[in-house]
Amino acid sequence: MSDSTTQAASGAGAADADPTRLTAVEMADRLAAGTLTSVELTQAHLDRIERLDPTVHAFLLVDAEGALATAREVDAARAAGEELPRLAGVPVAVKDIACTQGLTTTAGSRMLEEFVPPYDATIVTRLRDARMPILGKTNMDEFAMGSSTEHSAFGPTRNPWDLERIPGGSGGGSSAAVAAYLAPLAIGSDTGGSIRQPAAVTGTVGTKPTYGAVSRYGIIALASSLDQIGPCARTVADAALLHEVIAGHDPMDSTSVDAPVPDVVGAAGTTDLAGLRVGVVREISGSDQGFQPGVQARFEEALDALRGLGAEVTEVSCPHFAYAMAAYYLILPSEASSNLARYDAMRYGLRVTPDDSPSAEQVMGASRDAGFGDEVKRRIILGTYALSSGYYDAYYGQAQKVRTLIARDFEAAFGQVDVLVSPTAPTTAFRIGDQTEDPMAMYLNDIATIPANLAGVPGMSVPSGTAEEDGLPTGLQILAPAMQDQRLYAVGAALEARLRERQGGYVIEQAPEIEVRA
Amino acid sequence: MSTRTTAGPERTVAYDDLLTRYEPVLGLEVHVELGTATKMFCGCATGFGAEPNTQTCPVCLGLPGALPVVNRTAVESAIRIGLALNCGIADWCRFARKNYFYPDMPKNFQTSQYDEPIAVDGWLDVEVPPREGPEFLDEEPFTYRVEIERAHMEEDTGKSTHVGGATGRIHGASHSLVDYNRAGIPLIEIVTKPLTGAGERAPDVARAYVGALRDLLRALDVSDVKMEQGSLRCDANVSLMPTGAERFGTRTETKNVNSLRSVERAVRYEMTRHAAVLDAGEAIVQETRHWHEDTGVTTSGRPKSDADDYRYFPEPDLVPVAPTREDVERLRATLPENPADRRRRLQEEWGYSDLEMRDVVNAGAVEVIETTVAAGASPAAARKWWMGELARRAKTAGEGGGAVDLLDLGVTPAHVAELDSLVTGGRLNDSMARQALEGVLAGEGTPTEVADARGLELVQDDGALQAAVDEVIAENADVVEKIRGGKVQAVGALIGQVMKKMRGQADAGRARELILETLGVQG
Repeated sequence: MSDSTTQAASGAGAADADPTRLTAVEMADRLAAGTLTSVELTQAHLDRIERLDPTVHAFLLVDAEGALATAREVDAARAAGEELPRLAGVPVAVKDIACTQGLTTTAGSRMLEEFVPPYDATIVTRLRDARMPILGKTNMDEFAMGSSTEHSAFGPTRNPWDLERIPGGSGGGSSAAVAAYLAPLAIGSDTGGSIRQPAAVTGTVGTKPTYGAVSRYGIIALASSLDQIGPCARTVADAALLHEVIAGHDPMDSTSVDAPVPDVVGAAGTTDLAGLRVGVVREISGSDQGFQPGVQARFEEALDALRGLGAEVTEVSCPHFAYAMAAYYLILPSEASSNLARYDAMRYGLRVTPDDSPSAEQVMGASRDAGFGDEVKRRIILGTYALSSGYYDAYYGQAQKVRTLIARDFEAAFGQVDVLVSPTAPTTAFRIGDQTEDPMAMYLNDIATIPANLAGVPGMSVPSGTAEEDGLPTGLQILAPAMQDQRLYAVGAALEARLRERQGGYVIEQAPEIEVRA
Repeated sequence: MSTRTTAGPERTVAYDDLLTRYEPVLGLEVHVELGTATKMFCGCATGFGAEPNTQTCPVCLGLPGALPVVNRTAVESAIRIGLALNCGIADWCRFARKNYFYPDMPKNFQTSQYDEPIAVDGWLDVEVPPREGPEFLDEEPFTYRVEIERAHMEEDTGKSTHVGGATGRIHGASHSLVDYNRAGIPLIEIVTKPLTGAGERAPDVARAYVGALRDLLRALDVSDVKMEQGSLRCDANVSLMPTGAERFGTRTETKNVNSLRSVERAVRYEMTRHAAVLDAGEAIVQETRHWHEDTGVTTSGRPKSDADDYRYFPEPDLVPVAPTREDVERLRATLPENPADRRRRLQEEWGYSDLEMRDVVNAGAVEVIETTVAAGASPAAARKWWMGELARRAKTAGEGGGAVDLLDLGVTPAHVAELDSLVTGGRLNDSMARQALEGVLAGEGTPTEVADARGLELVQDDGALQAAVDEVIAENADVVEKIRGGKVQAVGALIGQVMKKMRGQADAGRARELILETLGVQG
């Protein structure tokens, strides 16, 4: 890889002083060259977390000891001349939705406040096999239900660009950690946009791989048919490296795809998009959809940039996307109502025992009442209703038909173009508290991201700049056909490089330094 | 007023009486625990009787994040069962989630099949034997075709033990314990279509069906089918409708029916109870009933109705099961001979009467006799030993005088065949053979080893026998007189004395010949 593509996200001078400013690619290169040790790198992140995270609140748990232990092992192995994986020694943060053996895993819920899994999620095993120090577990909306991280039972995460604003959700902890240089890389999960929307509003990169490309074993389920795990990073090339680590077939997940992982790392070196056909999805683009002017302006500029890179941009229509939100809010709650039934206080998790010798049923009721927040209860009730006999066909059944039609829309569109693009989120980061009383307004944050989950196709958000009106970052969403994840990285990397040229650096470098709050 | 709140025994009417006014309709749901090495959706072991909660993992405990993976062997067993029941096998089917909360169900949904079962629309021909008792001597056996609605795959739940109450049931218990070893064990549920037209024989048909199904599953080698351990469980749905009616009556579902005899008794009891309720002009409450083996009655369980809402939906964590035609044909080729056909064939080969064959079947001795015959014994001798002396002993050889399986006696088919060859070869007579068997049962070795050790051997030397005959004739002038006077049957008394002098080690037939010869009397 050439020097130009491995430039630091900040000036080289600053990176020398502070290794947290490096890209993951640079960190890996320096570790391999022996000019940086994993202990130094990990400790620098832990120091930064200690200083800034009380303000940002990206982490629910920091495992300094565990991370440093891994770092020491990697340094020793490297000193002994062992051949190591590319990201060995580069620290990573993990969304608190992935089970980590011996480390409390809460999914942002009171219900699991003290739950210590006896096993690792498959992706955690893969991170360990890649010898990556795990810094800790990141904050999230409870059971990944939300678009702001305000639904975390343990308090909101703040957007590093503006501490009064949300970092997106549900994976706001992971995106904020990456945006605030608390971690170079993080794991997210995306059920309706929970990787991509946080990436957009924090000026970072996030990928939702093809459904089944990354194992869900050990990932606390929200909606099984929609959930997918993916990488969060500051650059496209960094995201590709993490993607490569976590993707691949897992016999423990029946829905895991048994096919070779596409060459996402190679694709992330793309600089030229000559001949690429790019489709603008009419239904999820344009100011008439209520998208914020600054978001729309950056989107138009991104289209220009794509044309400048040689791509041919056309408009395509996916008529059934109009029904995606409605279908999603039937399928997700239906599956979630069943997936969350296991939290019954019988074997693990919060147990509330009412007085007067209660029955098991009463203990379950009281525990679920105390353990779940309002948004979780809202969706459990919605899903229970949608699956009820007499309503099933009208709700769940009908939603599945819409899902099929959306998948067909994608098929038709991908018959005409190679990738689809849209703004990732309709607005920049909103203020904390602005939408907590209005669930529908909150749900609309995912209007552009949901179709990909319903159809199982991969999607990525890359920074497209900042909006004039508020100076906050905006994101471009790229969508590709299933199993063509590498296309996301090719388009994302080329666009990122073009924007860097124009703006003199990565979008994230425009983020202000975080002011520590008392 | 509901009969459910009635304390004490509920009203019933005489069985014969109800049959004049009502026609029973049955539906049988049989759950079979498959004998796979691992559970339905994880790699945990399935052995019966392990320490509680030692055969569990994140998947079968329903821990956050755990995902199921289908056990391929269980699917193959399900397909083989479907084929043996003459069902069609789905070329594409899914699992579904059956949602309800119960502490012994780790995920609070059971992964089962709902509207897309692996096997549908089959049948099983069931031989219903004549009833026991002097009034049924003229009854002929008949064949009843049980139509099979479906056979589907699902997982078992954990096992709850309710502690502190008098009955062991949840009511009155102070606390409950749950063993999740059973959670996730593969089950096949086999559901019949409504069984109609069996009339007074309905309870016998139910029993015969479960028995035939058990034999079939055993022959398929997919389950150990032990009703007392719960690896074969039967829920009996019973309803009555007025004779001549077309609409079925309200049904009850009786659970905890843990033996073939209980199937028959529980159905019979429910019929008499339903009739009493209907006679009184009341309505049957659609509910689960609990069978009590000891008192022979059912009691009300929880109300159950078609309105129970399990919120079924396709299990999104599993991919569809799609056996190819080749898979199905390969499995069809592994099917054993149908047990009923096999019985007919063996009966003919062995030359047993219908009654003899039925006794052998009821005693569960078909296999052991088959093996014994294969080892060289005559079918008659094999039946004589296994159904006689050995069956008697098996009835009381268990702990505390209980019964054991024939094969658990310590005598093998090879032993019995060897014993038979010692008799037919002339080395042992019947009484000696019994002594040899005694030795085998006592663990003294094979029949030949026992015979050698105990010196069991017929005296083949006529000289010694003749001497004993002469002595006995000399000592019993009065008997000799009678024989010479024409009462040849009196020779038995002399034979007995000869055998006594020979200490049993003589051929009684030869002794008779020599006595008559010596006396010059025609036998």
